[in-house]
Amino acid sequence: MAKLVMQLDELSCPSCLQKIEAAVEQQVGVKTVKVLFNASKVKTEYDETATNPEQLAQVVTNLGYTVQNIKVK
Amino acid sequence: MQIQKWFQQHKNHIALVSGLLIAGAYGGHWFGLPNGFMNSLLVMASIIGAIPIMLQAYQALKVKVISIDLLVSIAVIGAFIIGEYHESAIVTWLFLFGGFLEQQTLKKTRESIRFLAAMAPQTAVKIVGPDQFKTVAVDEIAVGNQVLVRAGAQVPVDGQVVAGTGYVNEASITGEAQLITKSIGAAVYSGSVVDNGTITVVANQVGDDTAFAKIIELVEDAQDSQSTAERFIDRFATYYTPAVLVLAILIGLVTRDFKLAITILVLGCPGALVIGAPVSIVAGIGNGAKNGVLIKGGEVVNTMAGVDTVIFDKTGTLTQGKMTVAQVTSFTADKNAALAIAAAVERQSDHPLAQAIVTYVAQQSLAATPKITDSQTVKGLGIQAVIGQQTVRIGRAKLLTQAGIVLTQDQMRAIDGAQKAGQSIVLVAIDQQLALLIGVADTLKPDAAEMVTALQQNGVKRLMLLTGDHDQTARNIAQAVGIPEYHANLLPAEKVVFVKKAQAQGQTVAFVGDGINDSPSLATADIGIAMGAGTDVAIETSDIVLMQSTLTELVKAKQLTRRTARNLRQNIVIAIGTVALLLVGLILGKVQMASGMLVHELSILVVILNAMRLIK
Repeated sequence: MAKLVMQLDELSCPSCLQKIEAAVEQQVGVKTVKVLFNASKVKTEYDETATNPEQLAQVVTNLGYTVQNIKVK
Repeated sequence: MQIQKWFQQHKNHIALVSGLLIAGAYGGHWFGLPNGFMNSLLVMASIIGAIPIMLQAYQALKVKVISIDLLVSIAVIGAFIIGEYHESAIVTWLFLFGGFLEQQTLKKTRESIRFLAAMAPQTAVKIVGPDQFKTVAVDEIAVGNQVLVRAGAQVPVDGQVVAGTGYVNEASITGEAQLITKSIGAAVYSGSVVDNGTITVVANQVGDDTAFAKIIELVEDAQDSQSTAERFIDRFATYYTPAVLVLAILIGLVTRDFKLAITILVLGCPGALVIGAPVSIVAGIGNGAKNGVLIKGGEVVNTMAGVDTVIFDKTGTLTQGKMTVAQVTSFTADKNAALAIAAAVERQSDHPLAQAIVTYVAQQSLAATPKITDSQTVKGLGIQAVIGQQTVRIGRAKLLTQAGIVLTQDQMRAIDGAQKAGQSIVLVAIDQQLALLIGVADTLKPDAAEMVTALQQNGVKRLMLLTGDHDQTARNIAQAVGIPEYHANLLPAEKVVFVKKAQAQGQTVAFVGDGINDSPSLATADIGIAMGAGTDVAIETSDIVLMQSTLTELVKAKQLTRRTARNLRQNIVIAIGTVALLLVGLILGKVQMASGMLVHELSILVVILNAMRLIK
């Protein structure tokens, strides 16, 4: 189980939050997702054998949001 | 994917273009240009404005989320089909423009955290070899690496000084803008600034593990941690949007009134409802962070607002937690000369009482110049020294009586009084005369007494002092502060019992403490409040941290949470009120699609503006 924090460009609509949360949650291997609306961050716990940070960042990018940086813990 | 990003980034420009087209359309109409001109401009505005909204709606739908964008998209398409180009153009424009305004106003409410994050160090000067330095990003520094911090630069890691001396400003950690000397062996923290000098630091904690990064994370998490009210609204909104969609379809099918159906779609957008509660919390917590009050979450705000019982630990919480001179009574003609002698002698000792006296004399700007020719410690009693022709004895009464010094009635009374006030007494005798009586005590924080009144004005009904100290000291402190209820000689577990008892009586209890021994009570109380200068355990266990360890911050925490909770309730009322109002307007036939959208966007602005009052 690994922890990933993605810093996004500023989020301004609450429905963005729902969307990102739902999209990342549906990925295989993702255990928990929390979108910090005000900090514009996505925090997720995932199984590193099933997915990887780049793939998860791609999911967010595909929704039309810019991922500024990724940090794996 | 690139297209979406482009639209996402240019949403504001699109809103502008769409707005200009609408203005052009109405302007042309006013100047008597044909209807075809106006309609074609409105059609263009609708299409341009609808594209980003529809893309958003589609993206959401792909991950099975029915979003507000979808409601608006369907409504716009519907209006388009029935030829209501005014409606479709204005609704899309208002929706985009509303988003822009939201973004701008949210920026304000988020400013405090951005300000904090911007203070985090970005680069470090890594020592790669003897006299070899390399500037790297802070992320590249590992535990054990050595970094050089020059004057004007930020300390990039938490660590220990291994070479050099510098004056460091730790305001970002403690909130106290004071220069502290740091030399070999001293601990330094990431985010503090070296004002003068150059130090070499070995990293103990880096990146997200530093104390500063943890403060930022704490605030970030807190701003996004939801209160019960927020969670309810969130869940509500998730079902609410699809429900509006279903309702609109049903009404459309039953009444065959297509226009009514799409109006319902627009009116059903849950704008202010979704954003109302979070903006209040963010603004409130942000204000706290700026003023040294770290509040760990939305739920904490609500609970703290309702606290009616505050229980205090004594040492380090109500008092400074260190010995200071409380009084000096002089029995000699030249008090200052005697003090200078006392300081000169006491400088030989590292006893806490001696140090308190040295510090006190230094604060009075008296120089401890007298030269000591001989000094010896009398175990358990004090210190005896020779200065010039004089013999000086400093310590307990017994040291003096043993040397044959006789105390007068007046002197005995003064000693008795100081003892009753809970002070430790240091007597200074020069030759065979008692010169000074110095009372040393752990003094109250200067803002303690005002704090009690301020808390009572803010809804606190019961105040209590719990301490492991003696009854006499506890009584003195409680009386001095104005706390009617106190219990002394308590073990940590016994403090918890008092907390639980108050809770059992239906009171909402906040416990204020700083030590490891307070942690059980901090955890048990409804709200645990830790002093920033306190132990890590206490800070971790608590719900609120007072960074500068002042009691003024405690009052601030209480006032702020009360204001925030009130603000949050107002926002919920505004949001629900708007929906109700629109519904009534719709039934009465007074609300159209575009005007409904306008009211919606306005209500979003109103809740954000209302929350912004909390920033000040």
